[in-house]
Amino acid sequence: MTPAPANRIPSHPTYAPLQPRPGHAALMIADAGGAVALAQLLAQAPDLRATARILLVAADVPPDLPAVTPVPGTEALEAAIAGALQGARMGLQAYLAGSQGLIGQAQALLLAQGMAPGAIQMQQCGGPARRMQCVHCKTIAPDVVIDPYRCPGCGRWLYVRDHFSRRLGAFQGVCIDAETPGLVPEPTEIAP
Amino acid sequence: MMQPLKLVLKQPLSPRVTRFRLEHPEGAPLPVFSGGAHVMVQMQDGPVLRRNAYSLISDPQDRSGYEIAVQREDAGRGGSLWMHRQAQPGMILDVGAPVNLFALDRTARKHLMIAGGIGITPFLAHLHELVRGDAAWDLHLAWRSRADLPDMALPARAHLHLGDEGTRMDVPKVLSGQPLGTHLYVCGSARMIAAVLDTAQGLGWPPETLHAEEFLAPAPGAPFQVHCATSDRHVHVGAQESLLEALEREGIDAPWLCRGGACGQCETRVLACDGTVDHRDHFLAPDERADRIMPCVSRFRGTLLTLDR
Ligand code: FES
Repeated sequence: MTPAPANRIPSHPTYAPLQPRPGHAALMIADAGGAVALAQLLAQAPDLRATARILLVAADVPPDLPAVTPVPGTEALEAAIAGALQGARMGLQAYLAGSQGLIGQAQALLLAQGMAPGAIQMQQCGGPARRMQCVHCKTIAPDVVIDPYRCPGCGRWLYVRDHFSRRLGAFQGVCIDAETPGLVPEPTEIAP
Repeated sequence: MMQPLKLVLKQPLSPRVTRFRLEHPEGAPLPVFSGGAHVMVQMQDGPVLRRNAYSLISDPQDRSGYEIAVQREDAGRGGSLWMHRQAQPGMILDVGAPVNLFALDRTARKHLMIAGGIGITPFLAHLHELVRGDAAWDLHLAWRSRADLPDMALPARAHLHLGDEGTRMDVPKVLSGQPLGTHLYVCGSARMIAAVLDTAQGLGWPPETLHAEEFLAPAPGAPFQVHCATSDRHVHVGAQESLLEALEREGIDAPWLCRGGACGQCETRVLACDGTVDHRDHFLAPDERADRIMPCVSRFRGTLLTLDR
């Protein structure tokens, strides 16, 4: 977890460590990198164990987490969230921990299910990889670590914008050589 | 800002609540409003010029008139008594343009409305729109007794909680059973609003889903003096008038919108203070109270209060 630099544009999400909040139930979603954050949260607030339900995405289930439903990958997340939210009521708190790609996508799915932004907390864990959407062909690239990157959909070279769409849970990738086709700078690693 | 409207109907709905209908004197259509809006009604009550806020209860799509419901407050400052006793059909009253500080949030999937007593009024306008639309909603109304309940043509699915019939509202239960995407709207006394919002927060409702409206009628208090630095005048504020009303009486320019301590429009800087400002608004943050006052509801005890007016 790194504090967002001040020069980032306002849509860039900021993530704080997860804090227990009152609520009759908790839905927790994490990947392998985020499982530690959930374990810390549960150690800090053991009461949450009784009502927590955990969706663990593409990770081995650690022995110390209660009520875990394994989710094979992010492509299965939508169905898993829809299932977990069956009959959900106001007061449910969501705790998300993991890569930007995972928590961005999970947040977008929870909002689409009607959850209020204020009931969703997120903690970014793991590397700086970003979930990107190509603004041209709309293809989502889940774990982009270099800038510019090549769109897996249309093959364009895209630069990694700081603009984040909460609805899509993704940053925007925009064609970098539209004006000077073929002139693509050497990709560099994305700063966290 | 005020327009003269003709009082065309005065109809008792219960022993204490009366419905009034106001129309344009020449029958012209009135400015549109949205559910939750209120208007300021001006009354010349002897030497005191009162402006009381009343929620509009009529159909927002009906531009032929505005309707309000006024509960008689025998211990109040006199505005509601004036409406009940002095206001008569045929009279022309000065009425402000509708202002809405209690609109429904259109992003909500369901609207849960909780009203205590006469706090039902803003919801009556919302209901006109909700029964036409397809958003889910629920309404819970708590009233002291069936005999006191105004005749308001509530939809049959509204939940009534009557004190004398033992059907009290179980707030935690109501709040616990709401689907994701519900927004809560509360209108009633300050105590009731605080209790409902506290319960909601304790159950994990996030702040952006909570909405409340209290019309603080400015409570009377001991008379006091203020010094207005900009206009260089000393103003006496009587027991039965608010500081804002006193400033208006003296012709001192003072903005306002809700006159109930909620909107922030009347915020005034305090330049000097030897005494205690009795903050009665819902607007100023604790640290802002050091050098600001909301003259529509707040009062003063002490020897000197200098305002930037
Ligand atoms: S007029 Fe709205 S707070 Fe005073």
